[in-house]
Amino acid sequence: MPRLLARNAEAVGYVVLAVILLVAFPLGLDPFRLNLVSKYLAFAFVAVGVVLSWGYGGILSLGQGIFFGLGGYFMAMFLKLEASAPELPDFMVWSSTEVLPWWWEPYHHLWFTLLSVVLVPCAVAFPLAYAPFKKRLGGVYFAIVTLALALTAMVMLVGQQGYTGGANGITDFRSLLGWDITTDRAKLFLYLGEVVLLFAVMGAATFVLRSRLGKILVAIRDSEDRVRFSGYDTALFKAFAFTTGAVFASLGGALYSVQVGLITPTLVGVVASVEMVIYAAVGGRTSVVGAVYGALLVGFARSVISENLATLWLFFVGGLFMFVVLVMPNGLAGLPAQLASRRRRAEAPTRLPVDA
Amino acid sequence: MNVEIAAMQVFSGISLFTILVLMALGLSIVFGLMGVINMAHGEVMALGAYVTYYTARFFGAYLPSLMGAYVFFGIALAFLVTFAFGYLLERSFIRFLYARPLDTLLATWGLSLVLQQAYRSGFGAQEVSVPMTSWLTGAWEPIAGIQLPLNRLFIIWLTLLVSGGVYLILYRTRWGLRIRAVTQNRAMSGAVGIDTGRVDAMSFALGCGLAGIAGSAFTMIGSTNPLTGQLYIVDAFIVVVFGGVQSLLGTFASGFVIASSQSFLEFLLSGSMAKVSILLAVITVLYFRPTGLFTSKVRQ
Repeated sequence: MPRLLARNAEAVGYVVLAVILLVAFPLGLDPFRLNLVSKYLAFAFVAVGVVLSWGYGGILSLGQGIFFGLGGYFMAMFLKLEASAPELPDFMVWSSTEVLPWWWEPYHHLWFTLLSVVLVPCAVAFPLAYAPFKKRLGGVYFAIVTLALALTAMVMLVGQQGYTGGANGITDFRSLLGWDITTDRAKLFLYLGEVVLLFAVMGAATFVLRSRLGKILVAIRDSEDRVRFSGYDTALFKAFAFTTGAVFASLGGALYSVQVGLITPTLVGVVASVEMVIYAAVGGRTSVVGAVYGALLVGFARSVISENLATLWLFFVGGLFMFVVLVMPNGLAGLPAQLASRRRRAEAPTRLPVDA
Repeated sequence: MNVEIAAMQVFSGISLFTILVLMALGLSIVFGLMGVINMAHGEVMALGAYVTYYTARFFGAYLPSLMGAYVFFGIALAFLVTFAFGYLLERSFIRFLYARPLDTLLATWGLSLVLQQAYRSGFGAQEVSVPMTSWLTGAWEPIAGIQLPLNRLFIIWLTLLVSGGVYLILYRTRWGLRIRAVTQNRAMSGAVGIDTGRVDAMSFALGCGLAGIAGSAFTMIGSTNPLTGQLYIVDAFIVVVFGGVQSLLGTFASGFVIASSQSFLEFLLSGSMAKVSILLAVITVLYFRPTGLFTSKVRQ
């Protein structure tokens, strides 16, 4: 019976989310607010990826900003080239780069851009995860290595001003294939497109998790050795979960560039990367739909707090990290079960999915 | 490049090394013993730096005749304050997170954000720096052409002293014996009568105290702001992981290798590319030696 309820709760969560995103927000919010929601939703993509790799794969990556940045920068390169054609992008001129670097050339084409938004994160994430997991590097090492990589990526982006726009990032986009994306109407269409894509991503994640593959991931998270002894290549499964999460993050980054009209190294760096984990943690690290709610809630909270009492933001987000981890490790989505188990006062404590 | 410049470049790398090693020693003890990743370690270091700064202001205002000695009081106070802070933190927060290393990482990250904002609200957002004591200004010139600044020599001396002290505590005292016992086998240590909770609290406090000393040393070579800690935390973790957790010698060696190669590369490449190459090199080495350069045998 509780399991039935829990499953229904998830379905309810999906329906309510669809109503909010597709009906309530487009009708009820002014264009400025709606654009803010598109920004939060870009992070929701990352959060769904974090659910997959952290909640189910047990891999905590503190470098999701790298993949967010890959997608974001590829998209930004395309949009920038279109906005500044036939001349060089303005920041290159300022940094006296005279010829378009060869690796910028293919980003004149949208198909190549979209392809690299999906494939480059795969090419980066898979070996990055498979090599250390094959060596049985622990979760803690992986977290620190990804953290160091996020720092590396940010330092590199800031340092190579002539190629990446430096600390200011890439901005000033005008159109997408000749279609003006700065109008409110265009932003509404982009928003709706983003919501549809988000549901597609959530569907894909749920499909993976419901399949046998998802079961094996859970088994690995809870007892990797036993799964390995049963003959599975656990590193391959974990790398798959991580790679999928990376692709989702990259999609989010690409949409962020289009919607917000800006991508900066800050979004790649350590602070942003760690923050991306909190969305999933607030919503519930094992709930795909919860992660989206988490991204929306934290996003709204950030806007409200920084508009009114900017100094409180760090207290809030820092306190949130501490509170969620200490008090509700399964986030909002896990709250009903957590309360129920407390009420029942079962002598065996609820087994929380924790990394050993 | 001539030899003098190279030597001085390596020397300035060594003073970065001192900060990193002092930070990393504390991290390494805490991580090895309790499996706790303390992301707020950098902010504890910043706390030590602020304590030193306020000590200097106090001496400047009320005891100007003793200004030359404030350094020692600053270091001692920074250690005591951060030690006490660490103890309270462990008892009130960290101890609820044992056996969940990744969660601890997130929770202490949250703590670091809270502390940063607290420093900004309490101490101000601008950078603060301490006046240089007269006997630490100037340079020592062992060979003509090579000038070694005295303040940097002083923090090297301080680091060696503190590292030696940590070694003595860990390997020559009852307390150290208990720490090592709990690190190797927590359940058995508890069974033979060691109060493991107390060992945890004291070691966490010691780790924080070392970060406080690092902060104190930091004031002598740089100025402090609320984000100072965050600048060093990733580097300090890299030093710990690269050296091998719970290996004092490893931490020492990896701090030396990372710091001196960074400052050497900074001379050849741009600052950012130097940092990038170091981080990538360390990550590559970790792939081949996942447990770090020096591994002590710890029962997992």
